[in-house]
Amino acid sequence: MANLLFYFFASLALVSAVLVVVSKNPVNAALGLLLSLVGVAGLFVLLNAALLAFVLLLVYAGAVVALFLFIIMLLDTRPEQQKPFQRMTLIAATLGGALLVVGVLSLNQRAVLTVGGAPGTGPTLKHYAEQLFTTYLLPVQLVGFLLLIAMLGVIVLSKKSDQAEEGS
Amino acid sequence: MIVDLPHYLLLSAVLFVLGFFGVLLRKNTLVIYMCLELMLIAATIALAAFSHFNDTLDGNVFVFFILTIAAAEVAVGLAIIVALFRKRGTVQVEALNHLRH
Repeated sequence: MANLLFYFFASLALVSAVLVVVSKNPVNAALGLLLSLVGVAGLFVLLNAALLAFVLLLVYAGAVVALFLFIIMLLDTRPEQQKPFQRMTLIAATLGGALLVVGVLSLNQRAVLTVGGAPGTGPTLKHYAEQLFTTYLLPVQLVGFLLLIAMLGVIVLSKKSDQAEEGS
Repeated sequence: MIVDLPHYLLLSAVLFVLGFFGVLLRKNTLVIYMCLELMLIAATIALAAFSHFNDTLDGNVFVFFILTIAAAEVAVGLAIIVALFRKRGTVQVEALNHLRH
């Protein structure tokens, strides 16, 4: 049953990721991203991290994809007309594909993935809180500071373009 | 065949490369940004899988941080794209080459 669910969610994530990459219309790409996120959230549940799945859906599907859709409709871009790729792009793309193949092959043959015992029942909220407020206290504060700076940056960025428009 | 750590790592790698191809091949800045998000998500799958199969919590905590950073990044990036659109009237990357000359 768990195997079947893994394959279902994995194919959901992969197919909709392909949709993100190939769809001409940005709105379709955003909806593909949303579906892909749902698949990944399902995988997180299978990995005993239901809290992460919840946070992923809340932050990404609730905020990020909504923001993307909002900006797409605000900018009102026409579907792009695809120009032929440059040679450098094609070289980089083939290199990336070759790297993937090499990585997967070496993972299959060489990697010794020691798995430390059978997985337990999975962490609870208390475990997360314990980790976040003891071992990772400094990163938590830094991330909070970073969020504040990002918020200020967004405000400054939006304000500046307004002033430039008024001035010109 | 039981689903194990290599399956999750393979899925994570494939998803990452899909996002990478999107960043390389697409011309719309917004879609490039979505593909960047896809790459971040692929990394979180690997972290969560390692964390689960080794029975630790560190990977999951790092996924938390990645999600936070991604949210901040999206806010700033989209603000930049909107400012760019106001200035130049387009979000296609070929048209945004003013730093080249």
